[in-house]
Amino acid sequence: MLAGGQSLIPLLKLRFASPGHLVDLNFIPAMSFIREDAGALRFGAMTRHAEIENSLLAGKIPMLHDCAAGIADVQIRNRGTIGGSLAEADPSGDWGNALLTLDTILHCLGPNGTRRIELKDFIKDAYTTALAHDELVSEVEVKIPPKGSGGAYLAFKRSAPVYPSASVAVQLTMAGDVCQDAAIALGCVGLTAIRVNEAEAALRGKVLNEKTIATAGDAARAAGDPQPDMRGSAEYKRQLVLALVQHAIRIAARRAGGESVEGMHLYA
Amino acid sequence: MPERATAELTGTTIAATISVNGKPYRREIEPRMLLVEFLREACDLTGTHVGCDTSYCGACTVLMNGQAVKSCTVLAVQADGSEITTVEGLEEDGQLGPIQKAFGEAYGLQCGYCTPGLMLATRQLLRSSPEPSDDEIRKAIAGNTCRCTGYMNIFKAIRLAGRRVKGA
Repeated sequence: MLAGGQSLIPLLKLRFASPGHLVDLNFIPAMSFIREDAGALRFGAMTRHAEIENSLLAGKIPMLHDCAAGIADVQIRNRGTIGGSLAEADPSGDWGNALLTLDTILHCLGPNGTRRIELKDFIKDAYTTALAHDELVSEVEVKIPPKGSGGAYLAFKRSAPVYPSASVAVQLTMAGDVCQDAAIALGCVGLTAIRVNEAEAALRGKVLNEKTIATAGDAARAAGDPQPDMRGSAEYKRQLVLALVQHAIRIAARRAGGESVEGMHLYA
Repeated sequence: MPERATAELTGTTIAATISVNGKPYRREIEPRMLLVEFLREACDLTGTHVGCDTSYCGACTVLMNGQAVKSCTVLAVQADGSEITTVEGLEEDGQLGPIQKAFGEAYGLQCGYCTPGLMLATRQLLRSSPEPSDDEIRKAIAGNTCRCTGYMNIFKAIRLAGRRVKGA
């Protein structure tokens, strides 16, 4: 299945993938849409990153704009799709991390109809999903967080076109200074994006201050299992996670309080 | 919606008609052919450059239905029925167009290899933002690498082109 092709075509060129057949989904207009329906935003699987970046409706969940606007570069965002990114399940992929902190359901279409699979059950391992060989992702449904909830997605990259060295997603529900609920996820530091229960527990029910933010950051730092590679040593990536989580918590809390805060990807 | 052709990935060809700079090119092509190969080899339009061929450098940037894409990362058959703009399409009435002139006047190029891609990325930027801020320029050309590293003059060229396009 060829969605945006921004990962698959490079893989074909490298002969890492040699499919007997390739089905191009780009000529199915009904697979590209952004709709609000029953408290959720619904994205057709072939909706391009750039369409989400520029959508006022998608901006109802600021983290989605953070994520879409920071993926690679303009040219790749014009082609790459949200459904393709999730179905590829690259451990460094942006959507697979950001959406893990929201209630996200994937609609998986096959010969026997549509299955609804929660994102946390969808991505099984690196490049491995719950999709059967005769299924495709048709739609991504993201529940709109309640009032008083705010989120941020931050990725640290060496340059625009490459995958991040580390990325974090934070969604907080606040009542004044008290964090009622927290969801924290990390990307690029494991075989899949991971939720960090210890970091979430460090914030849940607590007053958000330097001490609780530091505790959450330390928990996130300890949770990742980064591999040393050309994007940095394992220790470097752990430090990145610590800094990014604390930064994202502060942005998420301000947004939860109704502030408009520009979040963006950070570069080396 | 035209009926989509199917073919084996190699060995057979299918017909595709791609409009490049307003002129239709109908060619029998292998499904594995990249859009950049179509432009350079099937249409003989060699202004679009192949830099890295890995989707990184952006030298092969063209507009596909008005949107900047890396033509080394689109299959030519995917552009069947599309409108493509290449650097050759930036000229106006046989003369250099305002973006091309601005890159020349502001010395927005050194070796020139990345220039066609940068000018097409500029074209998409200026359509939505004729007076771009430095941040907007940075974001718009983040997918285009200049290995001569002449970015400051490229910024000047883009700002100059914006003023020209707006004034036109």
